[in-house]
Amino acid sequence: MFTIVRREEMAEGTVILNEIEAPKIARKAKPGQFVILKANDTGERIPLTMADTDPDKGTITVIYMVVGKSTALFKTLAIGDGYQDVIGPLGKPTEIEKIGNVVCVGGGTGIAVMHPITRAMKEAGNHIIAIIGARSKDLLILEDEMRSASHELLVCTDDGSYGHHGFVTDKLREVCERGDIDQAVLIGPVPMMKFASLLTKEFDVPTLVSLNPIMVDGTGMCGGCRVTVGGKTRFACVDGPEFDGHQVDYDELMARLQAYCEQEKQCYENFCTLNT
Amino acid sequence: MPKKAPKKEKIPRQQMDEQEPQVRAKNFDEVPFGYTKEQAKLEAARCLQCKKPACVPGCPVGIDIPGFIRLIQDGDFTGSCRLLWDKNALPAICGRVCPQELQCEGLCIVGKKDDPVAIGNLERFAADWERHHGTGVLPPREDPTGKKVAVVGSGPSGLTVAGDLIKKGHAVTIFEAFHLPGGVLVYGIPEFRLPKEIVAQEVNFLERQGVRIECNQVVGRTISLEELFEDGYDAVFLGVGAGLPRFLNVPGENMIGIYSANEYLTRSNLMKAYLFPKYDTPIIKGKNVVTLGAGNVAMDSARTALRLGAERSTIVYRRSRQEVPARAAEVHHAEEEGVVFHFLTAPIRFMGNKKGRLVGMECIQMELGEPDESGRRRPLPIKGSGFEIECDLAIIAVGAGANPLLTQSTDGLTLNNWGYIVTDENTGKTSKKGVWAGGDIVTGSATVILAMGAGRVAADSIDDYLTWGW
Repeated sequence: MFTIVRREEMAEGTVILNEIEAPKIARKAKPGQFVILKANDTGERIPLTMADTDPDKGTITVIYMVVGKSTALFKTLAIGDGYQDVIGPLGKPTEIEKIGNVVCVGGGTGIAVMHPITRAMKEAGNHIIAIIGARSKDLLILEDEMRSASHELLVCTDDGSYGHHGFVTDKLREVCERGDIDQAVLIGPVPMMKFASLLTKEFDVPTLVSLNPIMVDGTGMCGGCRVTVGGKTRFACVDGPEFDGHQVDYDELMARLQAYCEQEKQCYENFCTLNT
Repeated sequence: MPKKAPKKEKIPRQQMDEQEPQVRAKNFDEVPFGYTKEQAKLEAARCLQCKKPACVPGCPVGIDIPGFIRLIQDGDFTGSCRLLWDKNALPAICGRVCPQELQCEGLCIVGKKDDPVAIGNLERFAADWERHHGTGVLPPREDPTGKKVAVVGSGPSGLTVAGDLIKKGHAVTIFEAFHLPGGVLVYGIPEFRLPKEIVAQEVNFLERQGVRIECNQVVGRTISLEELFEDGYDAVFLGVGAGLPRFLNVPGENMIGIYSANEYLTRSNLMKAYLFPKYDTPIIKGKNVVTLGAGNVAMDSARTALRLGAERSTIVYRRSRQEVPARAAEVHHAEEEGVVFHFLTAPIRFMGNKKGRLVGMECIQMELGEPDESGRRRPLPIKGSGFEIECDLAIIAVGAGANPLLTQSTDGLTLNNWGYIVTDENTGKTSKKGVWAGGDIVTGSATVILAMGAGRVAADSIDDYLTWGW
């Protein structure tokens, strides 16, 4: 079992942080990589990109939003409980190098994934402008952490309850218009990555996105996570999860993410009925 | 009319009782029930106990076939299973999934004029009997040698290596990427052909002998090959299989409702999606299911689809019935259950609705041309023969390649043009010192028993290396 040593409810209890004992993974993991978690015997395998690692303590941190049965089940796990299976680190790490001016855009729980990458980019000597966004102030996570990981932080909320009233793409446009941006990294919901990529393309800013397709094994043996990038089929679990944002077929990815929506709903409703 | 001398009454080959096709096509229970004691003894009596048995060379792990059959005839079922264990750590599995008609049974002398002795069924009987009624006494183990061996992958080749080396006194640890051991035996072969409980028990048998199994270890990611040596392992065996699914590369292949057979079977078998929502992993249940390909994996997929409620399960294969690579028995079972075959047919594109869900497939008729490099006649499209097949689920079962995850993260391993590991045929040694490989990662997709044979060769060589240094 992989024991939970720290647990926080963020964003009104809809976003959960778990720090998990997994020394082997903590020793190896690099920004951009993910793990697969399975809570119990009957559970499914869920991929989550790591939000942090502590090799000395031997722990990894994941942050997830409760959106269905499995994440609702994860939410029931208290400190001292654990996951039956945690597998990783998986996927290719982010290529961290000194590029110059880097804009890091995180949306929703994507901020959790964006954070270690932003920090590493800053440590590599880049000038970091970070843009984070959420539906509302209550759902915004890791603001302080992102502030210290960047040189400049811009905050947006869809409903205007905090920071700029609007989408992260508004701020991204302003940043791009300043010129001199060498690299963009975008992580968040697929529509956000799609529209932000269209925007950076206008400005010819090289763009990296971290994709979140459905996965089963996470080791390249099933192709469930396949995405079309530059007209070619790639497996996000081994070829990614990061790809050139200007080459990704986002519409296909969005459609594929809907593959099980009916079963997911059924499973979630059963679970909620049993637990109320 | 001259009277014929009365012939000695021959015992016919004993057939295992099995579930009725219409019944079994709706459940995941094993199809054949196995021999009764009486049937097993009758079948064992058909063996001629040849002095120079022709069957043994047909077995890739060299089981003493007349020996174990003789013990069944004598009623010493435990003894029979123990004799099997001498050469084969997984008899309950091999008795079920080996293509015996191409191996031991294909060479049986009785088979020249009559049906061959049912060696596979007898092997299965002895192993099942021992599992259910056995003494629980483990095979003898030599004194500890102090040497440590890491086995990467817990499929048939890795389990064989582990089983062989533990008996020779070496400490063996298996590293498995999935959360359960067994490789293709747990994620690939369905419950109705190989109950997972049997795999778990065979694996547990190895654990009771001292083999350690570490699941959730992706060698190449969680730990590198070099780190295994740093951790004190004296030798490493790579049995990681050929787990990279091939796709057809025709338009529309990324639509919802198109699975690789690996994904479809992994969801159903390993994740138990057939028990959804009791288990959390979902699976798309098609009404009209098309499986592309005609190997054993295709048969497993098409038969799984029926059990998941398909109204029509169709196999589409670009060559003719003669070239079908699946075992005849598997094709027969599939047909009995109602799987329909479209031969000489190839897909050109997949068609979807607005939501990106599969609704049909455009196919073209093929004819056979000259033999290709594989010796099979090359299928050629017939112009203007295009037609549509309605389907809401398609399963691509056209083979698998070498998964590059481990080989790309390891220096010094020589690979061939297809990404498979190059080894010495007689020893299983790779180009890297202290590293052996075997099974599908060397040969490409083959059979369970061939992977076990490769494991045996490597285990013997590893034992030599650990004992003598070569």
